[in-house]
Amino acid sequence: MPGTANTAKMRDMSSSVLTARNLSKHYGTGDARFDALRGIDLDIREGESVAIVGKSGSGKSTLMHILALLDSPSSGELEIVGQNAKALKGRALNTLRNATFGFVFQQFFLNSHATVLENVILPLKIARLGSRERKAKALETLALVELTEKAGSKAMDLSGGQKQRVVIARALVGDPRIIFADEPTGNLDSATGAIIENLLFSLNRDRGITLVIVTHDDDLAARADRRIYLRDGRLVGESDLKSPPAQATTPNGTTLA
Amino acid sequence: MRTTDIVTTAIGNSFRSRLRTTLTVLAIFIGAFTLTTTNALGTGVNEYIDTQITSIGAPDVMNVSKPTLASDAGDGPAPYDPDAGSEIDTNAGPPGTTVLALSDADVDEIRAVEGITDAQPLVSVRPDFVEWQDNGRFQLSISPFSSGVTLDLAAGSGFDQASTEFEIVLPTTYVDTLGFASETAAVGESVRIGVTDAVGEQHLIDATVVGIQNPTLVGTGASTNTALTTALFDAQRTGLPEQTSTDYASATARFDADASDEEIQAIKDRLVDAGFAGTTVADQIGTFQSVVDGIILVLNAFAVIALIAAGFGIINTLLMSVQERTREIGLMKAMGMSGARIFALFSTEAVFIGFLGSAIGAVVAIAVGSVVSSVLAEGFLSGLAGLQILTFAPASIASVFALVMGIAFLASTLPASRAARQSPIDSLRYE
Repeated sequence: MPGTANTAKMRDMSSSVLTARNLSKHYGTGDARFDALRGIDLDIREGESVAIVGKSGSGKSTLMHILALLDSPSSGELEIVGQNAKALKGRALNTLRNATFGFVFQQFFLNSHATVLENVILPLKIARLGSRERKAKALETLALVELTEKAGSKAMDLSGGQKQRVVIARALVGDPRIIFADEPTGNLDSATGAIIENLLFSLNRDRGITLVIVTHDDDLAARADRRIYLRDGRLVGESDLKSPPAQATTPNGTTLA
Repeated sequence: MRTTDIVTTAIGNSFRSRLRTTLTVLAIFIGAFTLTTTNALGTGVNEYIDTQITSIGAPDVMNVSKPTLASDAGDGPAPYDPDAGSEIDTNAGPPGTTVLALSDADVDEIRAVEGITDAQPLVSVRPDFVEWQDNGRFQLSISPFSSGVTLDLAAGSGFDQASTEFEIVLPTTYVDTLGFASETAAVGESVRIGVTDAVGEQHLIDATVVGIQNPTLVGTGASTNTALTTALFDAQRTGLPEQTSTDYASATARFDADASDEEIQAIKDRLVDAGFAGTTVADQIGTFQSVVDGIILVLNAFAVIALIAAGFGIINTLLMSVQERTREIGLMKAMGMSGARIFALFSTEAVFIGFLGSAIGAVVAIAVGSVVSSVLAEGFLSGLAGLQILTFAPASIASVFALVMGIAFLASTLPASRAARQSPIDSLRYE
């Protein structure tokens, strides 16, 4: 549906959807204290695609969880679509999560005994949509990821790539402003992974959905508008596509291809 | 999530682990089955006693006697009271219990008590035999409590107390014995009753059979109308000296049929003040009912213990279910589902399991109970006509459902609140 895609792109590209100031997160106290994040400053603009890159233990997943309001920071400020995260509680928080965010996880977290359609419908069910409306919407979204003919199959009978497309459909069905993808291709072979990547970036490009990808895969990160490098809980580098790839360097000093 | 979605999702979830749900349902089924059956037993027996009450005595009749003053064994013999009259054996109470005899003056005094419309001395008639068309003579006892009685009739229409005709209602056991073809054939026939008077002469009195009565808890006596009772009594007393005082064991007092329990109690209190004691039929048989209720209460307590044990089964099942669905719960929370709704999801699942258990329990109990009940009514309990030992009352079945689902809900609160409190991030963590 090219019509919707174009209107979605009309969203103001310059305004910030996620603003983080001096975000810190630590676990435990005293000797057992572990600092997962140390003073992160970050701005993510509407319609942008951002890759948060780092090794395992760099704090990239923690950062994503905090940005997605799944976790709360120990200190620092966070603003999401103009609202202060600290002030968000109860129903307002749940409504924001439901209407604003879509999640794509490395482990698909599908209900394997339920059908593909039922899995995709879940966010709409939580949003209290009527059964006819939500079914129509879910089928529409499944068509977008080219899984219409699998709507009635059990989720466990699908291949990995198909499962990840179901997950994307589930993230997409609520018409979110931001999709958080945590290692979306981590469990897939490179050919299937490429299909998923194309799908995610086309959603970002055509529908203007802000994309936040957490990955340690440099090839995937290279496709994002902007890359944020994390090491030991600190921001250690940033690069965007506008600068020539040869000049964009990773914190290790290795040149990005 | 909408409430209907929560219910359908919860029902779907409970079937995800079929074996586990089946076993939990089975545990609840045992409790619900027992509870339904014991309740049915209570209802059946109490209903039978209720019909007995109406068949033994009308609600506007009270049996009045003059109690002996209780004397403690340690106090030695009570002093002689010349006005007290003689003591008379009574059927009421343990064997050997006596009451002071009532005189005609006493009966007048009872009649004068406020709230009592009429009082008749209860005369004891002892006929020798009853016979029909020379088919042999058989012993006959006449139920002393015949005034104001509503009879549980198997055939015929019962008698008219005001009638001057001699009318009798015979128990079903006399139908074959006397040689009648059937219960209905006996109605309208004339039977001959023999009674011996004070000087040993036998009188024969003919009476019309106006009804055949089902056997009752309190024996199988025949009932006679006032005219016949009086005729038999007079025949029995023929030859006694005129001045012989009449002694009665008790009198039957009538009061307003619409009297409330409080009004009846007030009448009883006034009788006590006058030196009498009044007992309604409900009082006499109500004692049976409290015993039955007590037994049913104990049986129900055992069934409830079984249900509480099943409740722990539900806790266990749901805890496992919460454990297994950690990821799903986290995902739903990440998608904006509130803790309260997650709680509702799991508690609904428990309530549904409880509903399944009680539904199966009730259905099986009704099926088995109805068969057992009718088999018993034909065989072992055939002597007690009209007794349906297990009677399933909709209200008591509904209360079993409510109780079981209540227990299931209580059992779900621990696992469901654990699920509701789960943080999405802990649930979604991997590696």
